[in-house]
Amino acid sequence: MIVALVLIFIALGSVVFHVVNPWWWTEIASNWGYIDDTIVLTFWITGTVFVAVILFMAYCILKFRTEKGRRAHYEPENKKLEIWLSVLTSIGVAGMLAPGLIVWQQYVTVPENASEIEVMGQQWQWNFRLPGKDGRLGKTEIRFVDDDNYFGVDPNDPNGQDDVLIEGDDLHIRMGKPIKFLLRSVDVLHDFYVPQFRAKMDLVPGVITYFWITPIRTGTFDILCAELCGIGHHEMRGSVTVEKDAAFQEWISEQETFEEVQAAALHRKLNKELAQNELEPRAKN
Amino acid sequence: MTETTSPEDDIVPPQEVPEMDLYHPHSFLTRWIFSQDAKVIAIQYSLVAISIGMVALVLSWLMRLQLGFPDSFDFIDAADYYQFITMHGMIMVVYLLTALFLGGFGNYLIPLMVGARDMVFPYINMLSFWIYLLAVLVLVSSFFVPGGPTGAGWTLYPPQAILSGTPGQEFGIILMLASLMLFIVGFTMGGLNYVVTILQARARGMTLMRMPLTIWGIFIATVLALFAFPALFVASLMMMFDKILETSFFMPAMIEFGEKMSYGGGSPILFQHLFWFFGHPEVYIVALPAFGIVSDLLSVNARKNIFGYRMMVWAIVGIGALAFVVWAHHMYVSGMNPYFGFFFATTTLIIAVPTALKVYNWVLTLWRGNIHLTLPMLFALAFILTFVNGGITGLFLGNVIVDIPLSDTMFVVAHFHMVMGVAPIMVIFGAIYHWYPLLTGRMLHNGMGQFHFWVTFLGAYAIYFPMHYLGFIGVPRRYFELGETTFIPDSAHDLNAFITVAALVVGFAQLVFLFNLFWSRRNGIVAERNPWKATTLEWQTEHMPPTHGNFGKDLPIVYRWAYDFSVPGAESDFIPQNMATKDVKLAEGMTVADLKAEKT
Amino acid sequence: MSFFSEIASKPWTDEQIKVDDQFKGHTFTLPKAMLGLRVLLVVVTMFFTLLAIAYSGRMTFEDWQSLPEPGLLWFNTGLLLVSSVVFRWTKSATQQGRNGKVKLGLFLVGALAFAFLIGQLIVWQQLADLGHFASANPANGFFYLITGLHGLHLLGGLVAWGRTTLRVMRGKIGQEKLLLSVEMCALYWSFLLVVWLAMFLLLLVT
Ligand code: HEM
Ligand SMILES: [Cu+2]
Ligand SMILES: [Cu+2]
Repeated sequence: MIVALVLIFIALGSVVFHVVNPWWWTEIASNWGYIDDTIVLTFWITGTVFVAVILFMAYCILKFRTEKGRRAHYEPENKKLEIWLSVLTSIGVAGMLAPGLIVWQQYVTVPENASEIEVMGQQWQWNFRLPGKDGRLGKTEIRFVDDDNYFGVDPNDPNGQDDVLIEGDDLHIRMGKPIKFLLRSVDVLHDFYVPQFRAKMDLVPGVITYFWITPIRTGTFDILCAELCGIGHHEMRGSVTVEKDAAFQEWISEQETFEEVQAAALHRKLNKELAQNELEPRAKN
Repeated sequence: MTETTSPEDDIVPPQEVPEMDLYHPHSFLTRWIFSQDAKVIAIQYSLVAISIGMVALVLSWLMRLQLGFPDSFDFIDAADYYQFITMHGMIMVVYLLTALFLGGFGNYLIPLMVGARDMVFPYINMLSFWIYLLAVLVLVSSFFVPGGPTGAGWTLYPPQAILSGTPGQEFGIILMLASLMLFIVGFTMGGLNYVVTILQARARGMTLMRMPLTIWGIFIATVLALFAFPALFVASLMMMFDKILETSFFMPAMIEFGEKMSYGGGSPILFQHLFWFFGHPEVYIVALPAFGIVSDLLSVNARKNIFGYRMMVWAIVGIGALAFVVWAHHMYVSGMNPYFGFFFATTTLIIAVPTALKVYNWVLTLWRGNIHLTLPMLFALAFILTFVNGGITGLFLGNVIVDIPLSDTMFVVAHFHMVMGVAPIMVIFGAIYHWYPLLTGRMLHNGMGQFHFWVTFLGAYAIYFPMHYLGFIGVPRRYFELGETTFIPDSAHDLNAFITVAALVVGFAQLVFLFNLFWSRRNGIVAERNPWKATTLEWQTEHMPPTHGNFGKDLPIVYRWAYDFSVPGAESDFIPQNMATKDVKLAEGMTVADLKAEKT
Repeated sequence: MSFFSEIASKPWTDEQIKVDDQFKGHTFTLPKAMLGLRVLLVVVTMFFTLLAIAYSGRMTFEDWQSLPEPGLLWFNTGLLLVSSVVFRWTKSATQQGRNGKVKLGLFLVGALAFAFLIGQLIVWQQLADLGHFASANPANGFFYLITGLHGLHLLGGLVAWGRTTLRVMRGKIGQEKLLLSVEMCALYWSFLLVVWLAMFLLLLVT
């Protein structure tokens, strides 16, 4: 009796909890509303099965609880029933899988007009690189990395000269324009995760991974790392601001390009050499 | 031993398998310590597994304290926390569940349930345990080395696992890999035993389809493990090379805190493929024995044959086979070729069909049964509920696009705890309550058992069901603390605190259970010969608890499948597997021809 | 009866009960130890297959640099081949009960197997002298890993070989048991030969 009631309570209680509890996903800020829809669809299909199975179980416990004179029925199997159940289950599963795969097809097909933004992870900080006027990112390689070339941009690649570099600071992106995030890491695995975008993907050293979104509302959102990356994993934060085109243009024009960074570095170096040259004769004296 | 039990048994073929040469222990040492008796080895395995499991349980309390009440515990820093989750996860999955189901239940039940005197290679079986113990000791020793145990997460993903940003990268990771390799060697020895015993040392008449589902579950799980563990072994070995010899199997060119490293050209994703080629079957290595055992618990306590026995066997075999073609569903966001997603989502959802059929057959076993709500039955029912709940969230995570927002959040933590933490552990408890009388001759105390059941079942559900919603919000897993975010409401912190309290209560209930195990050993009610009126052979031994050699002078002969419950025409509501039809007591006015006259 | 038709049977029906009652208790007509060995060989096959897959997966990256194959490897392959052939010969000698030949055969097998292992160590030495250390690049790592593991498996086989040989020397082993041991060792040797040939081929084609 109690057992059956508890089972009924859990089955129905779980549904009620689902409906009334205050914890649900954040308001979406990207085009991936379909993902949310697929989750809701999956929830109701599977939820129905859960409730049905548990209620049936509770019913059996109430009805067939042992008592004097009761003897169980002898029935090794029931082919027809089993076939029916297999077919129904397969239909239910297909009903979740098909929409899922359709949306996945969209997820892996990047629109042609998407602009590229590079996300570079390192322990434990986010860096970004945006293409300059030419709309293209220069090549990178680990061997080019040094104190003055944080991103490892190939100095001989003309595409890379006007790349905008953002080191450990916030990222801004344009609303309504599809963006392809190119992800790479210089050390361990990380994962670029903005809950409001729904999309996420690992950053893997040695390869470039990607995903794409179209931001659909303005605002500033947290970036978290979603792949354990060492002791500072939980502190690897950043933020991304979605804004209208004008604001974005203003922001990007204030950022430094690779060329400028290199030039500044050269400048520093020359100054230092100069200073040293000035020092040296004195030292000789 | 070539004689059959009685002269009329002319249909029974003469014994072809020669009697086993049993190793006869002469001293305390060879009887209880270096024992070659599978039953003693089973107990040794179980005790070690439960002890190390307690360590993992205590670690989970510490983790929960940190998550529920961040900033309140100075003695837990980020490094500790990551070490705790790693050790907790690895211990629970490998050193507790795998060892307990296969080394513990497998060793105890296989020879008894198939009607053998012992495992076929008793010496290797003994070695298997000692190597397992060594593996556990190596693992534990990593708590005491400089730098502590590894904090790489139980998935041990490189490059992180062997670089300096991760705690325990000096010795912890090396000991972890060494321990895993030892475990695999030890397990392989045991696994050969289980497989060959099941295939070659059954009682006469015990065809494959007369075996109880417990044995089917353990059998297929062992086969899976034998195929899957080599992948983990290869991965561990290669990572060990990368760490010690600085090869670059998994290590690309990298910059570590501004320094260029000497590595170059390796592939971190290769490790993930190897790891999950092991890791996914591992889920079923834990689940299949649970499936098998729970089927038998349900059948015995509903006094009804398991519904659709053949379908249950096919489902176990089918799930076992499919388990090897779904591994990359753990890697949807790993950066592998995204087109793999189509394949792996499809295979993963296909595996749901046989799994669902098993669930239906469990509940249909209750239908028109004669249900005894014993403690093992309560745990079996709790298993169904938690397993269905955890199974359906698996459909979320298996469907590639739905996994994208949920992967690496608390939703995943809730899912796998429900499905491979709570559900199989319910079965372990049910099984212990069920077979304890066989081991000790006494019943576990019912009152303590009821307390343990209700607190564990309701408590575990209260821990993990709401946790899914933290995942929906977007709370990531493996976070020492959530810190400042714009999207996590304060109420989520309250929920975390609630979960922590529930976890501590559930943990406390386990202490009651452990106490019960010891207390009832001396003080429990003396059990009847076959207290659950079960049909399977382990209850039909000459002595209870069974002695060395399991059966008396003669090995049993099997005349029927394991599920002859409530057979129409028979007086009793169960017929043991080793009872010949002519010995069955008929109900009044029935003839042998009436037996099962109603059968379909 | 095949596995699949067996699991399609309905064990509760009267017809099937008659069939099942005849069952003798073992699925294969093999000695248990032999079945155990075969299962082990399946596990080891899995192990080397995974290594081979990892290797060929890695090979497809563009920065792959393969390793020179010292000529000695061919010679070693020959040693292992002969060792395995001699084991087959020893097996038939055992079947015929010719003890002198069995002893000779076992000695030869052991000597050849040890020579193979020493040969492999010399190959390592040669490669190391050329500067090809395991850490130099992934191809080298794989080479050392695969040859090392294969060698370890052979060492394991030599333990079993040693036990059998000792027993034969002492003459303290029944004909039937001896045959089983020799058969098992011979199977293992042939298996390791096949594994080696597969791995060697893989190393050669790259
Ligand atoms: C009352 C019992 C348990 C509690 C309170 C508990 C709690 C936890 C917590 C708090 C985490 C860390 C979650 C995170 O932030 O990532 C965790 C991780 C984990 N737990 Fe448990 N757990 C329990 C039992 C189990 C059992 C029985 C298993 C066996 C399957 C298990 C397997 C794991 C695994 C595999 C991880 C992941 C470790 C990782 O992220 O590397 N746990 N558990
Ligand atoms: Cu990170
Ligand atoms: Cu999986």
